[in-house]
Amino acid sequence: MADNKGVMIVGEIVEGKLAAITAELLGGGRKLADALGEELSAVVMGSGVADLAKEAVAFGADKVYVVDDALLADYRTDSYVAAMEKVIKEVAPNIVLMGQTATGRDLAPRLAFRLDTATAMDCLELAIDPNSKLLLMTRSVYGGNAMGTYVCEGTKPQIATVRAKAMDPMERDDSRSGEVVTIDAGVDASAVRTSIAEKVKEEVEGIKLEDAEVIICGGRGIGGPEPFKDLEELAKALGGAVGATRPPCDNGWVPSAMQVGLTGKIVSPTLYIAVALSGASQHLAGCSGSKNIVAINKDPEANIFNIVLKPDSLCFFNP
Amino acid sequence: MPNMIVCVKQIPDPEAPAGSFRVDEAANAVVPAASVSQVVSPFDEQAVEAALRLKDEHGGTITAVSLGKDFVMDVIKKPLAMGSDELVLLQDPAFEGGDSRSTAYALAMAIKKIGDFDIVFCGRQAADWDAGQVGSGIAEFLGVPSVTVAKKVEWLDGKVKVERVVSDGYEVIEVSPPLVITVSNELGEPRYPKLKGIMAASKKQVPTWAAADIAADASQAGAAGARIKLLKVFQPVKEGKCEIIEGDSPEEAAAALALKLREVKLV
Ligand SMILES: Cc1cc2nc3c(=O)[nH]c(=O)nc-3n(C[C@H](O)[C@H](O)[C@H](O)COP(=O)(O)OP(=O)(O)OC[C@H]3O[C@@H](n4cnc5c(N)ncnc54)[C@H](O)[C@@H]3O)c2cc1C
Ligand SMILES: Nc1ncnc2c1ncn2[C@@H]1O[C@H](COP(=O)(O)O)[C@@H](O)[C@H]1O
Repeated sequence: MADNKGVMIVGEIVEGKLAAITAELLGGGRKLADALGEELSAVVMGSGVADLAKEAVAFGADKVYVVDDALLADYRTDSYVAAMEKVIKEVAPNIVLMGQTATGRDLAPRLAFRLDTATAMDCLELAIDPNSKLLLMTRSVYGGNAMGTYVCEGTKPQIATVRAKAMDPMERDDSRSGEVVTIDAGVDASAVRTSIAEKVKEEVEGIKLEDAEVIICGGRGIGGPEPFKDLEELAKALGGAVGATRPPCDNGWVPSAMQVGLTGKIVSPTLYIAVALSGASQHLAGCSGSKNIVAINKDPEANIFNIVLKPDSLCFFNP
Repeated sequence: MPNMIVCVKQIPDPEAPAGSFRVDEAANAVVPAASVSQVVSPFDEQAVEAALRLKDEHGGTITAVSLGKDFVMDVIKKPLAMGSDELVLLQDPAFEGGDSRSTAYALAMAIKKIGDFDIVFCGRQAADWDAGQVGSGIAEFLGVPSVTVAKKVEWLDGKVKVERVVSDGYEVIEVSPPLVITVSNELGEPRYPKLKGIMAASKKQVPTWAAADIAADASQAGAAGARIKLLKVFQPVKEGKCEIIEGDSPEEAAAALALKLREVKLV
């Protein structure tokens, strides 16, 4: 146990490329690895993914473990947990980081329990305790009303999932060099108990929320699906995207993929225009990284006007 | 006919106005204001709803299980009032001070005692600590498959079809029972209990099981079985400027806002 070494990032692949969250994890992981004087590695898992090892190196990995197997083409709990269990047993990392994504949410806890260790989910900050050299994992709790710092003292690896945009990626540098190691997935098809019958995309057209520099977000006070068309027009004019709080999604006014918040998308645009939403902590969890927030609300007491974290300017106008 | 178990947790209302939650740094705890009522964690109500929808269509049984202390009976009986058949409470000092792993262990042991099941439903995350781990933990302890963040569940004669929410849509997953499913709000509104259900629930005797009743290993439950420790809880300092833009009419205020946004070069 004591000889577990290194920080390992579990990479994710979106449309044949390393996901943005993976570059962010490599950026954050690099700092932890340097603080410990240990190596930073990335696991690139999937089917036909060996070429992506170079990309992981360019974003900061010292070493890349490629686990390439047809059974890993799609994320499925059983195959990914089994493959990661094998990788971790072979490499014995000290710390394992994943994104708080559909994959990381599912994989991290089950893997941690399989390995009889623990994970802290949806971390916003990670640091190495200077004395114990253990990973301090800070995450929001109570829907963002408070923060908690956790430590995993007795077992290894220490596993954390990290919220999107919580860490800064390093500049991509294709001249960096790193070692690439292939690990056999060793997954038995009969041990994979779920099958994916269909994948249904509900992507909204236009700029992706996660990438948008301007977001117009509509809340319950919008009142129905129709006014969202106005928000779309405004978004088009400003070159941005439209998001929503949970009620408009739950009410079927807009697709669920537009939800911003703790259990929706995490966004950090330059300008976030919050229209007729109260600013519940669970919603702010998804947008408090915005640089500027404009809130349009008829209620001057709305929480969105109180809980300003990072944003610089916040405006109010009475419609 | 599916035999179903639903894991439900009693928590302070997560939608209570922000500012109702204070941190007690000495006790390492989040303390809700006295005005904050206890509720069944919202995703767990949706888990109950998912089970009820299967029961409406196919019959079967639903047993709700909750681990905790200071249960408010009117609150924790809500799954019964909604239409579940049984409720089992787990309460024992031995369960306290646990983490997601030890909670999952105790729930898994209770589920073993309840008996054969087809589906265990959980919420995607308990809306107090927002961990999102216990469902996967129960599945791991029971050695069954898990499907997380579901928005629709169908029972097809010996097969289960689950729509699992992913960032750009959903996946349709097929799996054979027994399994664990965690449910998300995309499933839709949970039903309101009917008066008849509330009356029946209030009369119903509910068993409380301690660690010994579920043959829980003392080294696995509660604090002893925890693998992670909460070092400190705190509330981040709020900073940032808030400027209110006013106007005599919406049009005026809008014009002033537009001007301001231009001035600071945001548009
Ligand atoms: C575990 C958990 C996870 C959650 N995850 C999320 C999440 O990811 N994302 C999310 O958004 N929510 C999430 N929620 C729900 C969240 O707690 C709130 O219920 C939700 O964000 C409220 O949405 P809202 O602000 O649109 O609605 P409300 O709180 O009802 O606010 C409506 C606002 O509109 C204003 N308004 C009404 N009419 C007008 C008008 N004509 N002009 C101007 N203003 C007007 C009102 O003054 C009010 O402030 C979660 C909840 C829980 C428990
Ligand atoms: N104390 C508990 N009693 C019953 N079910 C629980 C308990 N804690 C967690 N759960 C279940 O596990 C889900 C996920 O919880 P968590 O991992 O704590 O976020 C919840 O939505 C519940 O369905």
